[in-house]
Amino acid sequence: MRKAFVKALCGLASADERIVLLTGDLGYMALEPFRELFPQRFFNVGVAEQNMIGVATGLAEAGFIPYAYSIATFASLRPFEFIRNGPVLHRLPVRIIGMGTGFTYGHAGPSHHAVEDIAALRTLPGLTVVIPADSGQAFTAIEQTRSLPGPVYYGLSKDDKAVVRGLDGRFTLGRIETVRDGADVAIVTMGSIGAEAVAAAEELDKLAIHATVAVVSSFNPDPTEDLAALLSGVKHVISVEAQSISGGLASLVALVIASRGLSCRLSPLAVRTSPDGRSGSESDCWRRNGLDRSAIVEQAISMLGRSSLFAGASR
Amino acid sequence: MRKIILEQSKRANVGHIGSCLCVVEILCALYERVLRIQSLGDPDRDRFILSKGHAALALYAALAQKGWLTSTDLDSFCSDGSLLGVHPECQAPGIDFSAGSLGHGMSIAAGAALAAILQHTVRRVFCLISDAECNEGSVWEAVMFSAHRRLHNLTVIVDLNGQQALGRTREVLDLPNIEKRWQAFGWRVTEVDGHSLDELSSSLNAPSRPGDAPHVVLARTIFGHGVSFMMEGRALTQSHLPDHPINWHYLPMSEEEFRLAMAELETAD
Repeated sequence: MRKAFVKALCGLASADERIVLLTGDLGYMALEPFRELFPQRFFNVGVAEQNMIGVATGLAEAGFIPYAYSIATFASLRPFEFIRNGPVLHRLPVRIIGMGTGFTYGHAGPSHHAVEDIAALRTLPGLTVVIPADSGQAFTAIEQTRSLPGPVYYGLSKDDKAVVRGLDGRFTLGRIETVRDGADVAIVTMGSIGAEAVAAAEELDKLAIHATVAVVSSFNPDPTEDLAALLSGVKHVISVEAQSISGGLASLVALVIASRGLSCRLSPLAVRTSPDGRSGSESDCWRRNGLDRSAIVEQAISMLGRSSLFAGASR
Repeated sequence: MRKIILEQSKRANVGHIGSCLCVVEILCALYERVLRIQSLGDPDRDRFILSKGHAALALYAALAQKGWLTSTDLDSFCSDGSLLGVHPECQAPGIDFSAGSLGHGMSIAAGAALAAILQHTVRRVFCLISDAECNEGSVWEAVMFSAHRRLHNLTVIVDLNGQQALGRTREVLDLPNIEKRWQAFGWRVTEVDGHSLDELSSSLNAPSRPGDAPHVVLARTIFGHGVSFMMEGRALTQSHLPDHPINWHYLPMSEEEFRLAMAELETAD
């Protein structure tokens, strides 16, 4: 999504001189196109994320639309209070780019695993949180949210190639996008792990278990109505996210089910444990946290009351 | 301004009186002699950030002197639902930025100064921080950024009152050679008597040109300035408390303390 982000931003910046890009000294082999097109509007503020958000706040008050870029943990958790008391409290159009939400930087270890950024930031009602599932959706989302009067956090994945089949670049703020339909179970997902959810649904198809897959891509506004409509029609839902079980997608799905009194059982697949020091590829991190396609398949089978893959296959 | 501070903190029964009293001349110099503000809605007005937000009552007093806050506004200080709380909020008239968390204001000021340079305006940015606020690492992030970007239109005032929440700054986290520290980071440094309107206004109005370093004014102040027993750290009606300036960081005034403090201000007039 890095290339999609920079491409979208260059397009927006060509049409809007208020846009400037700040980086906390990151974005090698990614931000160069912007710097070459708009050298006077590109600022490497150094390795100082609190200051980056503060500077963005001061710029935005004067009429600029600053995009502040860093790795997701550093862009969100380090300056969390500067985000809260800055663009959120002042209602200013600062855009924060958290590169590598989830386990994008898997090999880099727990310091780079952003499994709390979305959960933490969505506690701020004045901050729109956007989590595209693939590059096509990222491009659309960045364009569609360009004029929001308040601040936005974009939790992006680094992968430029991964695609969530059926998403086709769709994004509408505060809505879900359904990428495939099935009557047996709903899988609700967000972020780049959405591709894993689709792969799981395809495997479940072979077992004659048919899953709807819906992608949540924004909070504040939350897609509450869409989720309520979706979950009114199913008995089983699995939420899938590379994010803390507290505060992330599972929390929203549970709230919708409980507050609407829906008779739908939730199996949340999310990060439940504190880091144990291990690193690995993104897919390895998904697997070790019980979030990969086989975990989703097992969960669906378990929910539907079938004891094994063979039982499902014989249906 | 001091009378407003005493009257309102007495009415609301709140503390931070010493912190407010020691920045009266700084705020008076800024609003009467330094800040260029044609109207509050003018986008090219100078900006001011009270980063040591716990002195907001002193700022409200300054804004009232300018006529931007009414006496009715002042009387809402610390009442339920008021925009005038212990710390300043940008929704209140005349307040450019909210504050209250130390270490935040300087980086906003740096962004505001950078914005003015990018917009080719002569707008200036002023930010008042406390000496204890220099404990915050984020202050030094903004210090480095501002010097690197040559934010010549940025002036930071450090209120050197030597006092912080649980003791004297030299006891809590000492900042020896503070002027050399700022110089080492590439700033122009001026030291002034923080209770001299003339010294403050001449240093705050010192001209700068593009390419110049940002400017820090180290203002030496006395905690609780203007009220003797506060300057001496005496809590008159709570004799169990040992004399210490800290008392007037927190304590609200008793009736007797209020009467004595107001009488001293009357005499000084």
